[in-house]
Amino acid sequence: MLRFVVRRVLLAVLTLFAVSVITFTLFFAVPSDPAQLMCSKDCTHEQIEQTRDALGLNDPIVTQYTDYMTGIFVGRDIGKGEAKVRCDAPCFGYSYRDNESVWSNIKDAAPITLSIAVGAWIIQTLLGITIGVIAALRRGSVIDKVAVGSTLIGASMPVYFFSAILLLVFVYTTNIIPRPVYTPLLDNPAKWALGMLLPWLSLALIGYANEARMTRATMLETLSEDFVRTAKAKGVPKGQVHRRHALRASITPVITISGMNLGYLMGGAVITETVFGLPGLGKLSVDAVSTLNLPIVMATVLIAALAIVIMTMVVDFLYAVIDPRVRLS
Amino acid sequence: MAGGADPDPNEPKEIVGRSPGQLAFRRLRRDRTAVVSGFIVAAIAIIAFGAPVISAIYGQDPTTPNPDLLDLDGRPLGLLNGVSGKHWLGLQPSTGRDVFMQLVYGMRTSLIIALIGSILTIAFGSVIGAIAGYFGGKIDAVINWITDVAMAFPFLIFALAVVPVVGSAIVGDEEVPGPFVRSAMLMGIFIILGWMGSARLVRGQVISLREREFVEAARASGASNFHIIFKQVLPNVWAPILVTFSLLVPQLITTEAALSFLGVGVPEPTPDLGRVILDAVNVMQGEGMWFYFLCAGGVLFLLVLTFNLLGDAVRDALDPKSTR
Repeated sequence: MLRFVVRRVLLAVLTLFAVSVITFTLFFAVPSDPAQLMCSKDCTHEQIEQTRDALGLNDPIVTQYTDYMTGIFVGRDIGKGEAKVRCDAPCFGYSYRDNESVWSNIKDAAPITLSIAVGAWIIQTLLGITIGVIAALRRGSVIDKVAVGSTLIGASMPVYFFSAILLLVFVYTTNIIPRPVYTPLLDNPAKWALGMLLPWLSLALIGYANEARMTRATMLETLSEDFVRTAKAKGVPKGQVHRRHALRASITPVITISGMNLGYLMGGAVITETVFGLPGLGKLSVDAVSTLNLPIVMATVLIAALAIVIMTMVVDFLYAVIDPRVRLS
Repeated sequence: MAGGADPDPNEPKEIVGRSPGQLAFRRLRRDRTAVVSGFIVAAIAIIAFGAPVISAIYGQDPTTPNPDLLDLDGRPLGLLNGVSGKHWLGLQPSTGRDVFMQLVYGMRTSLIIALIGSILTIAFGSVIGAIAGYFGGKIDAVINWITDVAMAFPFLIFALAVVPVVGSAIVGDEEVPGPFVRSAMLMGIFIILGWMGSARLVRGQVISLREREFVEAARASGASNFHIIFKQVLPNVWAPILVTFSLLVPQLITTEAALSFLGVGVPEPTPDLGRVILDAVNVMQGEGMWFYFLCAGGVLFLLVLTFNLLGDAVRDALDPKSTR
């Protein structure tokens, strides 16, 4: 097991390294002049020169990259001569627009994204597995048909349309729910939940579709397996057959989907945050892209990739715990 | 299966040999959902690709502004958002363009990008997957790792950032990329970040076919690796590839619209569903604007829904064992 863990962690580090190299190259080496690109059209020559200095764009690209990565792990000094600023680890550089550190931008946005992601993920997973199991057990019944129909609608519903419907119905037209705002959980849990309710619903009702479909399909497959029949024939109570034998055997692919979903959600629910106007990581990167604030975009891509890679790894570990065959392969 | 297809059950049945493809097509034809969604998809394709013809019959085009039908604030005059016999779904506020024509042309943009994007993505993924599965060993390990890397990219954030950066590298800082450059870039992103699914699938299939007798026979008769992969192995994998394709199209329709919604899709004045929805969401609080909003989003939703239904049916027909 230890060998498996070590190998898996090394692979994850290598993957993140590749992502960082590719992203860095794309943003800082492909454009003929990133400083010009980031500057608005009426930028003076001096301003461009300043940006170039601040970002170290005059250095060779490899030096730029190693400086950047050093900054993330141990911090670094940015700029030269008098304009030198100390940037502590984790240093993602400075947003060249307001000269605020990228990390402080991210620190402000992360709790919002985390609130949205975890809440939506809990709802969609519980809903997905429950509905998938019920539909599989009542195959062909009205409940099953309604469940399958709803997953189809969920899978076909674009999240920007659905979020906007929720906003139109519950906020603008009926005023049942106030416009989503973020209140820190520790300040006021009730307000926090109320503010997050619509984002949760919009993401969960769409995300649950995949999990429910997958649960239903794998559950149907296991229910027709011999060991389930044997358990039933032995006289094991029905509920126990379904829970202990069938569900456990069919849950692994659902764990993959669910874990990956959490990873993608934590990287920033770009569209949901944009529609509801919540300043999380997704909104941060959309705003940064519209002004081509590359240091911020670079950081959000890296953080989102980190979330995905970590969740993929966690899923693999869970697999190995559940199914010993995975460890050995 | 009900024996409804046979006219007279007493007559001795003639044994007809059918290829797997013919069998799948028969199953597809018996599936009511498949037939209905197939017809709707065909109708959508005719409407979308016949957009210029429809425009001529309907008497409006997607880009003409109608300032005389707007009030001073840019709000369309009349019922809802200016619905009338001439403008069936009303007008866009502030620009005064015909919503119906915008949606029809928008569907065309969306379908072209999604279809070509899906074909290229699947083709690329299949070739990579076939190479990984056929050669195995180090090549397989490297390709697997590249797959992991590609899967680690956060799709939307990355796409959002790459489009303007790469766009400026292609056409220079001053210019705005035209619709063709942008469409090509979108398809490029779909391929680069979307090939992994079909690659993994084809790889698995090829591994199971690699040791079969017909491959061995081909190798023994001196066929090149290229010939074996493309002429012997891949034709045996067409069914799962077709299933992935039919499920990828609706996914790319949504994604393309999402990118337009976020402002990096096909640029004005080319009509685009995502951009129409963005426009509708921005004004949906206005009086009577819910109708415009529902039309814009509803068209996209129905488009994706029917493609999904058809995709599910294709999968069921090609894989009789699947329980969905």
